[in-house]
Amino acid sequence: MSSGLDFEGVLGPLENELERVRAQTNGGEGAHAHEAELKDAIGERLRDIYAGLTPWQKVQVARHRERPYTMDYLRLAFTDFVELRGDRRFADDRAIVGGPAILNGRSLMVIGHQKGRDTRENVERNFGMPHPDGYRKAERLMRQAERLGLPLVTLVDTPGANAGLADEERGQAEAIASSIAAMLSLRVPTVSVITGEGGSGGALAISSADRILMLEHAVFTVAAPEAAAAILWRDAAKAPEAAEHMKITAQDLLRLQLIDGIVPEPVGGAHRDHMAAARAVAEAISWVIGQLEQRPLDQLLDDRYNKYRNIGFYLE
Amino acid sequence: MKEIFKRHPRYAEAPQDFASGKDNLWVRCPRCRELLYSKEHEQALRVCSKCKYHFQLAARERIDMVLDAGTFQEYGSTLRSSDPLTFSSTGESYATKLMQYASQTGANEAFMYGTGQIEGQEIVIGATDFRFCGGAMGAAFGEKVTRAIELARERAVPLVLFSNSGGARMQEGAISLLQMAKTLAALDRFKDAGLPYLSVMTDPCLGGITASYAMLGDVNIAEPGAYIGFAGRRVIEQTMHQKLPHDAATAEFLQSHGMVDLVLSRGEIPGVLSRLIRMYVRCNPALKERGLVEQRA
Repeated sequence: MSSGLDFEGVLGPLENELERVRAQTNGGEGAHAHEAELKDAIGERLRDIYAGLTPWQKVQVARHRERPYTMDYLRLAFTDFVELRGDRRFADDRAIVGGPAILNGRSLMVIGHQKGRDTRENVERNFGMPHPDGYRKAERLMRQAERLGLPLVTLVDTPGANAGLADEERGQAEAIASSIAAMLSLRVPTVSVITGEGGSGGALAISSADRILMLEHAVFTVAAPEAAAAILWRDAAKAPEAAEHMKITAQDLLRLQLIDGIVPEPVGGAHRDHMAAARAVAEAISWVIGQLEQRPLDQLLDDRYNKYRNIGFYLE
Repeated sequence: MKEIFKRHPRYAEAPQDFASGKDNLWVRCPRCRELLYSKEHEQALRVCSKCKYHFQLAARERIDMVLDAGTFQEYGSTLRSSDPLTFSSTGESYATKLMQYASQTGANEAFMYGTGQIEGQEIVIGATDFRFCGGAMGAAFGEKVTRAIELARERAVPLVLFSNSGGARMQEGAISLLQMAKTLAALDRFKDAGLPYLSVMTDPCLGGITASYAMLGDVNIAEPGAYIGFAGRRVIEQTMHQKLPHDAATAEFLQSHGMVDLVLSRGEIPGVLSRLIRMYVRCNPALKERGLVEQRA
């Protein structure tokens, strides 16, 4: 399988060889052994490459077209998902999906960004960039979860909120602010997993949770590296440099204590094995919710307040 | 000479050197390019006499324009950014930039807050300074906003915040982003205490500021013509691949779309703030309990 990621280029010859060996259907024992050898070699190379990804390479992995999206996680890790649609105000935004689902016997409310894989889907999903209606739908589902006592899980993967004139008309800024505020005040446990791109306010709108987890190769940015480079240096081509400086990787953010944990990805990234990625995400969510549920609600809310209140990094 | 023949933009071109007004005899309006006589311009509260463009104000100027003379007491003035990511770009470090901003503005951060009185009524007031890193929110800024909100809650007084900002501060990465959640968490507690929050947005007000505490006022107020939005004009034009109408995402546009309650010219703002505060405080049982209303009656 070719990933289209240029830093995986060194795998090319090995992968070609593997394909050639596989094509020889009657190669016997020797061919099988060779195939296994090649697979191991590829695995080892991948492990090395992915252990040393630069921030900009991680951005490319996080944006990979084959990366599992919210609906993939819902299909592979949860059961009984019923998608609820519409913000009860104006529209149903297809860039955000949500509804109740079951994980390990526990009912949860799941909300997540949804990207498309091909052009048709991306038109429908707007590349995972929500309009205000998406955030208002999310807020509606958060309130529902609170009222019915379902812990909230959000899966975050967006380049950012959509930035068009119609979005300003319908109050994109207000919708995001209101969604963050609602999430912070919810009287149920909340956990957020950044599965791909955690893009700016459009991500934070549904990721202000008790616990923020990130997939191993996900990124979380104050602005997309291209946008940050345009703002800082008026040159979007300097995106790799911006990615480097802004400390956007899960590893950097855990070190800065801005996130609470990292969910390991299968070797070579989540796009190589959706099932393994989904299993890891499910396991992490179950564990975190179990932990959060042990606390009395008032303490949970105090802890949540303090978590955000104490994000420091200033001098006095 | 070249200036005269330049096409006049319909909206203000950043950056504008709004602090220079005091030293020069004349100032040029960044929107209509009219030359304005400084003395008259000051008397007009730095509103262009021709096109009514509301010039940007430094944080302290903004605060002084609203509060009763001599009542402002600043808090948290020593808070400053720690450059947590040791950010540097193309030969220039963020730490150096911070020092430049500080010497330009005489302040340690882009946000200033404290207590004061408006027609004799105690409030907590805060304002941004666009000259300081485009009024962008980083960790120290976010901490100051949070403290302003907490101070208002402790004192059980109304909160008035003036916002004029480019958004979240790139040089502090996700730390800046999370200040949105931090300020909103504090604001939520403030609102739960039954206290009024009046938000005034001035040109321009963007991104992480608008998409956090600025847009969630009990009353949202804007100055005429101010650009207020989630995304800036250039970003939207790039997204939509077309020129925006000149009134797009202005105060008036937002008002007609239900996002802003009042569009008030600069001179009207103190009077209306005072009137609102008087009404909200008078009917507020939480404040009555603490005897705050009686003091004022």
